[in-house]
Amino acid sequence: MSGHVAPKSMYVGIWFALVVGTVLTVVAAEVDMGALNNVAMLLIACTKAALVILFFMHVRWSTRLTWVVAASGFFWLLIMFGLTMQDYLTRGWVPGTWR
Amino acid sequence: MRSALSEQQFPQYPAPVAIQPAPAPEHAHHPWLQHHFDNMEQQAEASTLGMWVFLSTEILFFGGLFMAYLVYRHASPEGFQEASHELNRFWGTTNTLVLICSSLTMALAVRAAQTGQSRKTQVGWLLGTMVFGVGFLGIKAIEYYDKFVHHHVPGPYFHWEGMYPKPAEQFYSLYFAMTGLHALHMIIGLGIMAVIAVMAWRGIFDEEYYTPVEVAGLYWHFVDIVWIFLFPLLYLIGGHFKG
Repeated sequence: MSGHVAPKSMYVGIWFALVVGTVLTVVAAEVDMGALNNVAMLLIACTKAALVILFFMHVRWSTRLTWVVAASGFFWLLIMFGLTMQDYLTRGWVPGTWR
Repeated sequence: MRSALSEQQFPQYPAPVAIQPAPAPEHAHHPWLQHHFDNMEQQAEASTLGMWVFLSTEILFFGGLFMAYLVYRHASPEGFQEASHELNRFWGTTNTLVLICSSLTMALAVRAAQTGQSRKTQVGWLLGTMVFGVGFLGIKAIEYYDKFVHHHVPGPYFHWEGMYPKPAEQFYSLYFAMTGLHALHMIIGLGIMAVIAVMAWRGIFDEEYYTPVEVAGLYWHFVDIVWIFLFPLLYLIGGHFKG
């Protein structure tokens, strides 16, 4: 089988990046940045998830078909979040339509 | 008989020749190659693709809970912040690090099978993954116990000292639903690891065939990713809460 064999050092490197990301999130949560707190936390979480998917889950070396299937789950998730929140976030914009 | 007959009837045609079997392959195929696949690459590709299809459904399975979290947090941000402040951030951070370590040992277990290392090495990494997994669940149990003792479990005995008892109860409903579903996935993951470890101990895996380890790894890493999002969303939003 021609599966890509990544060096051990790469896995340890990704592990280290994930640990640094975790520490960064905890530190960032302690600093009051207003609305930017949530943005920072979610950006770090998305970066960590991307590292796990690309390297630990070998998607980086997978076929295009695997890329499409892996992305589709997140794509539908965004549709669900987007369509639901376009309701909740816009309630009350037109007078008399709240709840 | 038949060929003699046909020669008599149709002398212009040569006697039919039996169809020759396909030339034998140079070496027998891998014992774990299923007959409906052309080769090991195709078989492995089909398995990982199938796992990714399953994981896509899992993304949306957890996605429903994340959606509920988003809606209720949007409805009462201060209440969620106050409730989140009561979670033990030390244990939350520790558990995140424990899961990240388990993902590393899992990736190394796949690599050990992939590079045909000894079954002791393979089983070692798998057992390491399981130890981290059990550690995670142990810490989770400590946290759950603490919530029961302080009556922070939603239901008739829920008690909240703060300003937002109702949003706090909503937050803890989501906390137990999300971390509970995640913990269930961890328990299932430990069962899968146990099966894979037995397979590895029997020496099934080599450079040509390590798909079960790879697919089990995909599952384990996915559960890790869910926690990567659960940790900041549940534990860290009460970060600089003053109240």
